[in-house]
Amino acid sequence: MDDLVPLTEQAARKAVPAGAAAGQSAHKPIPHDSGHKHVAGTAVYADDIAEPAAMVHVHIGYAGFARGRVRADLTAVREAAGVVAVLTGDDVPGINDVGPVRQDEPMLALVGGEGEVLYEGQPLFAVVATSRRAARLASSFAILEAAPETPIVTIEDAIKAGTHVEEPYRMLRGDPVAAIAAAPKRVSGRIEIGGQEHFALESQVAVATPGEDDEMHVISSNQYPAECQEVVARVLGVPSNAVTIEVRRLGGGFGGKESQGNLPAAVAALAARLTGRPAKIRYDRDDDFIITGKRHDYLIEYEAGFDETGRLHGVRFVQHARCGWSLDLSRGICDRAMFHADSSYYVPAMEVVSNRWRTNTPSNTAFRGFGGPQGMVGMERVIEHVAHATGRDALDVRRVNLYRADAPEAERTTHYGMVVDDLVIEEIVEELAASADYAARRIAVTDWNARSPIIKKGLSLTPVKFGISFTLTWLNQAGALVHVYKDGSVMINHGGIEMGQGVYIKCAQVAADVFGVPTSRVKVTATRTDKVPNAAPTAASSGADMNAMAVLDACQKIRARLVAFLAERGGVPEDAVTFADGMVHVGDASHDLAEVCHDAWYARISMSSSGFYATPKISWDRPNVKGRPFYYFAYGAAVTEVAIDTLTGESRILRVDILNDCGRSLNPAVDLGQIEGGYVQGAGWLISEELVFDGEGRLKTHAPSTYKIPCASDRAPDMRIKIWPKGENREPAIRRSKAVGEPPLMLAISAHQAIGDAIASVREDFHHLDTPATPERILKTLSGH
Amino acid sequence: MHESAIRFVVNGKARTVAAPPTLTLLEWLRAEGLVGTKEGCAEGDCGACTVAVQRATADGRLETCALNACIMPLPMVHGAAVRTVEGVADGDTPHPIQREMAEQHASQCGFCTPGFVMSLWARPPGAPTDRQALEDRLAGNLCRCTGYGPILAAAQASAQAADAARDAAAETALALQIGAIGPLEMSVGRHHVIVPHDEASFAHNLAAHPNARIIAGATDVGLWITKKLYDPQTTIFIGQVRELQAVAVEDDMLMVGAAVPQETFAHTISGISPSLAEMMRRFGGLQVRSAGTVGGNIANGSPIGDLPPALIAAGATLSIAKAGGRRKMPLEDFFIAYGKQDLEPGEYVRGVLIPLDGLARLTCHKITKRLDSDISAVMLAIALEFDGDTVRSARIAAGGMAATPKRAKAAEAALIGRRYDRDAIAAAADALAEDFQPISDLRASAEYRLKVAANLLTRDFVERTDPATPTRLAGTALAGLAA
Repeated sequence: MDDLVPLTEQAARKAVPAGAAAGQSAHKPIPHDSGHKHVAGTAVYADDIAEPAAMVHVHIGYAGFARGRVRADLTAVREAAGVVAVLTGDDVPGINDVGPVRQDEPMLALVGGEGEVLYEGQPLFAVVATSRRAARLASSFAILEAAPETPIVTIEDAIKAGTHVEEPYRMLRGDPVAAIAAAPKRVSGRIEIGGQEHFALESQVAVATPGEDDEMHVISSNQYPAECQEVVARVLGVPSNAVTIEVRRLGGGFGGKESQGNLPAAVAALAARLTGRPAKIRYDRDDDFIITGKRHDYLIEYEAGFDETGRLHGVRFVQHARCGWSLDLSRGICDRAMFHADSSYYVPAMEVVSNRWRTNTPSNTAFRGFGGPQGMVGMERVIEHVAHATGRDALDVRRVNLYRADAPEAERTTHYGMVVDDLVIEEIVEELAASADYAARRIAVTDWNARSPIIKKGLSLTPVKFGISFTLTWLNQAGALVHVYKDGSVMINHGGIEMGQGVYIKCAQVAADVFGVPTSRVKVTATRTDKVPNAAPTAASSGADMNAMAVLDACQKIRARLVAFLAERGGVPEDAVTFADGMVHVGDASHDLAEVCHDAWYARISMSSSGFYATPKISWDRPNVKGRPFYYFAYGAAVTEVAIDTLTGESRILRVDILNDCGRSLNPAVDLGQIEGGYVQGAGWLISEELVFDGEGRLKTHAPSTYKIPCASDRAPDMRIKIWPKGENREPAIRRSKAVGEPPLMLAISAHQAIGDAIASVREDFHHLDTPATPERILKTLSGH
Repeated sequence: MHESAIRFVVNGKARTVAAPPTLTLLEWLRAEGLVGTKEGCAEGDCGACTVAVQRATADGRLETCALNACIMPLPMVHGAAVRTVEGVADGDTPHPIQREMAEQHASQCGFCTPGFVMSLWARPPGAPTDRQALEDRLAGNLCRCTGYGPILAAAQASAQAADAARDAAAETALALQIGAIGPLEMSVGRHHVIVPHDEASFAHNLAAHPNARIIAGATDVGLWITKKLYDPQTTIFIGQVRELQAVAVEDDMLMVGAAVPQETFAHTISGISPSLAEMMRRFGGLQVRSAGTVGGNIANGSPIGDLPPALIAAGATLSIAKAGGRRKMPLEDFFIAYGKQDLEPGEYVRGVLIPLDGLARLTCHKITKRLDSDISAVMLAIALEFDGDTVRSARIAAGGMAATPKRAKAAEAALIGRRYDRDAIAAAADALAEDFQPISDLRASAEYRLKVAANLLTRDFVERTDPATPTRLAGTALAGLAA
């Protein structure tokens, strides 16, 4: 039998049952709190909630062409069987706009029978009917009279037309023009980086139920309930206190439900308000592809000056992002691409210019890494190019450029002026190069390529340094609400969204340890805006970092009250009261937590508390381009070996070695899952997932039949993943752990680089492999452009 | 005796339902409160809706398939037993697959998880659980979170206990129960649904309703229903027609009935044509191959169906029938133009006759963006015969290169009678440009298609003349590349 999971990983993954480890849950591989429900089919997602008889179903009618004006006759839609109402912008009592940062996204673009179309999936109207099929069928009866204009589809189109979605932004250190000019060697080039559809298995869905007065309750598959609440309130024209958003779990998020869930939630709420009936909307998969935004595609131009060893003297990047038809979250995303343009390397003189282009395509949005991956791909391409120009192994070029922990402060300072004081990347790279046997495998790959005329191999090691914190500083806040009941059971609630990444179990582990109980005595309840207000989105890898801190704060407040009560009652000093092994110890006496809680209730002690956390140390002055945007960095490195077929361009990942810094991992099983899943998702982005728009701006790959995310056989047959055992967050983050949601996705850049390495074994001149590296792109690159 | 409503068993409970073909099994299950089965794509490509469907064989055994409930019109489960994720635990004790998946952290968001559980549950007892076997079993189940490692590990770890958990006596009883269910003729509102069990009844019904929609595996028509809201008035489901499920060898010909599932066909030919079997492995996910039929892949006339080029190259003959008549034709003649096949109203594809020697000669080359479960950009099938070094006969056919599956007659001519060497291959490669003027679409550009087709002739040449040289990255070939 194949050994699917190497031993190191198995040991770390050996499940600790939730009932064990009382008081010592943190750092243990406790299974996901919903795991037993996932496998039984009893975990309830928004679409699984039993539908009341009165429920109506909502379907969005969209434009179907990418740019121009449209007039609509909806008479036949209104008259169709089962139709209860047809909604347009005219029916909105509040503001007909769902834009998250800037109000530039009409919810339903038809107003007074006509509207402006800015992309194919532009929502025009919504049909409310007694069944989903009736709503979908009725919507096809709309008579749309289009006056199309030539759409701006590609980044090149936008550059030609000069259509910015917002002003360009620039980061500059030193004089890169002079540094490049003075350098012994120079290269320049460009790389096109494709977008990526989130493809959460659960599509966008919301269920709205009208309440008394102006109240509205919405269950939404959503990563940012606080903003969803604001948008629903805006559309309905009611204050936020009238709107409650509830989210128990998502069937996948990946950033695709940070802002993109707001429109369906608001449309469902409008339908519920106007019909007085509960209303559900669930996008069909194809509609989801066509309506919602994706990862930003990029075109990155670069110019670099360096010496014979490959040491970079100066680099200039111009990053062109395809933002789509509206701003959405593009500002933060494009900024993060700039923050990560240095990857893990010190460049004495560097300029990054970012152009944010408006196109008639879906409004690109958050996606795991939030621009960081694209910025890093740009720099790793420079390294690859420099390696070719110097004839050195790319790993050696990486080595001479890595930020070094022992370097003077100026050489540990990024191009945006932040001093990096937690550098471990060099150590991780060297440990991984040794454990993955890079040097010997480099020789083996070279030998293979000399012998094998058709199948060629490639090998690459790439580092990851990913900044943790929202670069919009005010988002770095979290709240929690904890109740302890008379029976000693603990209910915790926080602003974080569970989308599979394990934020609920991590928070439960932290809470359980405060009270010295196993996680089985802690229940995490659905995230709701009426329990914890004004919470940040669960994004930027910050879910556990921030929410577990807020939970800790609340739990500690309650425990302090219990300690004071018990110390006074027992006549012992407060430090003689401890919570451990499922018991409360007061001096020499031990009590069950239930007994203590009952007594505290009887003594009228409050056992409920909110908790709060604001990430310290950070600030970012965007107008002046300076500050410390990140609390700390998460690090990692991967070695990937691939094979390519030089006759067809097909490729295959053969082996992956990963060493990832999770600090002191809060839950190694959960973190290993994030690492492996992140890598595979990143490899999909860079290799097989291709978004194809036709010349008219219509998306041609809008379903899993045509858009190919990795399947089981795309996982490397040999995958050796290890959490860096020395990891320890230097900052007092939750239990000295580090964020792990996004960073591992960028480990997959090594797969793209390995394919490039395989191509380089065939070509004399430097290749320019764009992404995704589909068979066609690989074959084209092999034969030269 | 005809049944007048759909009769089937769900998680051990007998059900009788009158429903139109526009209602899918998934929609019905979820409306019944069995919401563990999820809709991920409604087109049979993600596997979140996977259920196990069991049928009685002629000899009274129970045969289990993992199938996509999202594109299965409810009448298709007539006479079957359906098992969903809610029906695999033993009371409060989870099934070994469920237990291992939970303990090995094999779920994250959990939305795809029930589908994985059911694909694994449907594994026949004792079937292999090596990596290749599991990857094949799960190729039709997409997970966006885990990266698959823990799922594969849990699948291996649970295999033995899962086999032991089978209850043979209960399976035999269930086979007896559902085996007794007769054919179906049902009217629901304006819909008329027929599920015949024998060919005479099928042909008779088709003659009576020449415009009826024939549905075999519904892997194509199912999408018309879920995506285009297709609403056929009269439907005939042919999956249970005995004669169309037959596989037989006669006079050096393999005869394959139109309703034979692609997965069954793949097993049948695996000993005769390993290259075709490897192509079939990548044809689609297991759920799709278990539903989709040989006849369906031909009759729908798709220019990118993988079987037609393979069978054309093997020299197959198509058998077409109607009430009171049959005719045969070379398979390539069936495809007249895009969307136009040589099939009159009232006629149906009965089966295909494949020369065994043609099958044995066949080599297949399937090129896709993703190696498993992806529609081909190019599918090239080649069958050559030699006199010493000289090519005696050549049949080359391609999918994805024209508006129909099509033979490469110019390339064939460039090879026939010539010494089989690189010059001949180069000549044949040049001739492909005469044979094909492919289009550019979302799968590949015209240039890529032509170039890769030409390169595949080289690959085929190397594989014949220098078999030690690695030429492929998929399937078993991967083992030879181990890092």
